[in-house]
Amino acid sequence: MRALLLRDLRLALRAGGGFGLGLAFFLIVIVLVPFSVGPAAELLGRIAPGVLWLGALLACLLSLDRLLAVDWEDGALDLLATSPLPLEGVLAIKAVAHWITTGLPLVVAAPVFGVLLNLASPGYGVLVLSLLLGTPALSMIGAFGAALTVGIKRGGLLLSLLVLPLYVPILIFGAEAARRGAEGLDPTTPLLMLAGITGVVLALMPFAAGAVLRVNLR
Amino acid sequence: MSLWEYANPVKFLRLSERVLPWLWGLSAVCLVVGLVWGFFFTPDDFRQGSTVKIIYLHVPSALMAINAWFMMLVASLIWIVRRHHVSALAARAAAPVGVVMTLIALFTGAIWGQPMWGTWWAWDPRLTSFLILFLFYLGYIALWEAIEDPDTAADLTSILCLVGTVFAVLSRYAVNFWNQGLHQGASLSLDKEENVADVFYQPLLLCIAGFVLLFFALVLYRTGTEIRVRRTRALIAREGKLA
Repeated sequence: MRALLLRDLRLALRAGGGFGLGLAFFLIVIVLVPFSVGPAAELLGRIAPGVLWLGALLACLLSLDRLLAVDWEDGALDLLATSPLPLEGVLAIKAVAHWITTGLPLVVAAPVFGVLLNLASPGYGVLVLSLLLGTPALSMIGAFGAALTVGIKRGGLLLSLLVLPLYVPILIFGAEAARRGAEGLDPTTPLLMLAGITGVVLALMPFAAGAVLRVNLR
Repeated sequence: MSLWEYANPVKFLRLSERVLPWLWGLSAVCLVVGLVWGFFFTPDDFRQGSTVKIIYLHVPSALMAINAWFMMLVASLIWIVRRHHVSALAARAAAPVGVVMTLIALFTGAIWGQPMWGTWWAWDPRLTSFLILFLFYLGYIALWEAIEDPDTAADLTSILCLVGTVFAVLSRYAVNFWNQGLHQGASLSLDKEENVADVFYQPLLLCIAGFVLLFFALVLYRTGTEIRVRRTRALIAREGKLA
């Protein structure tokens, strides 16, 4: 399993744009926001938690269609399926690799982008915490979506149509926690809900994704 | 004689051909009587005026939008466990009907909300979860359309339906947390003392019955069509390409 994780990480790094692309996309979304709603600092500060969460979510979505497609095209996925590693484990590892290359940089960079959007000072810790709790679930659900659409040519658009509704609860609780943090309220409840959802998703989603991928490899 | 006999497409078609005229007729009678009764022979509400009458379309369609998804869930489970093709096709056939029901509920709600709430749309939990349900339907149908092999498509959409159900329910309660409601609570339920007044209640029940029957008729009809489409494909495949 560790070998697979390292392989995926190395591929993402050497293919270029593994770490960078999602982050750059996130930055562009954040930069476009003031252009679309105006540069008023007060307004930006108010919508900052939600915009940061939305940007992180879209950046996560961006790289999902390559999560399995590359291995599908060159046959590595068939090899992995016949390996002693269970397919559920393979998908969980893929999701972890996706999170390390996409989710983790977003979590680290979010406070910096928060400054750009005039995020209120008590909000930074909660924002990072909520992203840290929520983005692993985004990657895992994304792995499920990628497994669903792996056999379809140009499945990227379909993938977003399938995955985005599944992101709704995570976005609600994540953005709510970040908002409460920024306004100086107690963010414990949404954070606990978020952690609960992420835990359940990480525990159960590999099985759904594995079942789906097995159908696609048939 | 068990229900599973109708997993055989021939028997299913024979049964549905016998039942369908009755379903169409009964649903037409229920809908015409219920709607005419509701629209023309019930008093106006003393505060809402005549706008209250949209309830005869709004409530049944909203009810069926949710029940259609539930039916798809059951059909998907049957497909996963027992692999009856008719079941998978029934789930496929129900989805577009469910979408239309969702749209009717959303539009009639908007038409009622404009004079009553002063807005076409509010980000109220019930409204929002219906919109999310609509998105789930769209994704489900899009996945069916995207995959060519029918068995693969049936498997994938069934699992999507299961996962989607969990997340749809989760979203339903998450949006409650996210925003306070403008939509009133349930105006009909089996275990509550207070329902809408009887004058509105009786034609409403008739309309609901009409929508339920209409839903079953549409699903049976569409399932029959799907079975015939698949038969035709099998024939074409066997005979070689037709000129």
